[in-house]
Amino acid sequence: MKSLEELKAIRETMRGQMGLRSEDNDRIRVVVGMATCGIASGARPVLNTLSDTVQSKGLTNITVTQTGCIGLCKYEPIVEVMEPGKEKITYVKVTPEKALEIVDQHLIGGNIVKKYTIAEVVG
Amino acid sequence: MTELSLNVLDIVNNSIRANANLIEITVSIHRKSDTLSIEIADNGCGMTEEELKRVQDPFYTTRTTRGVGLGIPFFQQAALSTGGSFAIKSKPGIGTRVTAIFGLSHIDRMPLGDMNSTIYTLIMANRQIDFLYTYVFDDRQFHLDTRELREILDGIPLDTPQVSNYIKEYLEENQKDVNGEYTV
Repeated sequence: MKSLEELKAIRETMRGQMGLRSEDNDRIRVVVGMATCGIASGARPVLNTLSDTVQSKGLTNITVTQTGCIGLCKYEPIVEVMEPGKEKITYVKVTPEKALEIVDQHLIGGNIVKKYTIAEVVG
Repeated sequence: MTELSLNVLDIVNNSIRANANLIEITVSIHRKSDTLSIEIADNGCGMTEEELKRVQDPFYTTRTTRGVGLGIPFFQQAALSTGGSFAIKSKPGIGTRVTAIFGLSHIDRMPLGDMNSTIYTLIMANRQIDFLYTYVFDDRQFHLDTRELREILDGIPLDTPQVSNYIKEYLEENQKDVNGEYTV
């Protein structure tokens, strides 16, 4: 059995090396639809991929979170990117692979992955 | 839904929408009584008796984005089709408790699936909510309590890579140890 002692060791090694998180008002929010429709279409692996990648790439200005039904059930899994001062971008029918592209090109590179946006897919 | 762990993720979203800040999820498997029980209890806003009566109706929902609410009916159906039972108790201002009992060896019981992934998703995507997850297999069990983790971490967020990795491994290893040779 894994114990909590190990977590204490992690805390000790991390003390002092924690950078301050940016203020809430300049954070990028990445939101995954997690209602019945989203979950049934595969939102869980999409959210976990986004969360793990954002963490492993050290993107501390980004929060990955979940929401309920957005009302576009047949286009789930849906991922919304909300950047302060910019228009919300909605990606539809997202898979873990597409999520990786969105992280690399949009969240890191600043270029919207047009082909997966609702405007392109739905027309 | 293809596995029970996805139903759990779905039902917990009701608790999140009810503004709970503590959600308890318990999975217990008992071979002697041939049952697999799943309980989700929250301290959210709760429901009135009137709402409670309607919540098992697929055409009832409080949301405005679409007119159906299938989470509870799916979960209920999954339990009842294995000769099991399903119950919801709720009190406004106190919270809600959903209990589903499945026939463990029943041919129609869906696999439990990746419960750890469900718990991990919930913790990572809801930083303001505490989760108490308990997994029981016969006479062995383990639990994960984010309140305990937060206390140890002393301000280090749960979604830092070292910590989230630890959470993943903690869930995987402990479930494996508790299950022994058994596959749910």
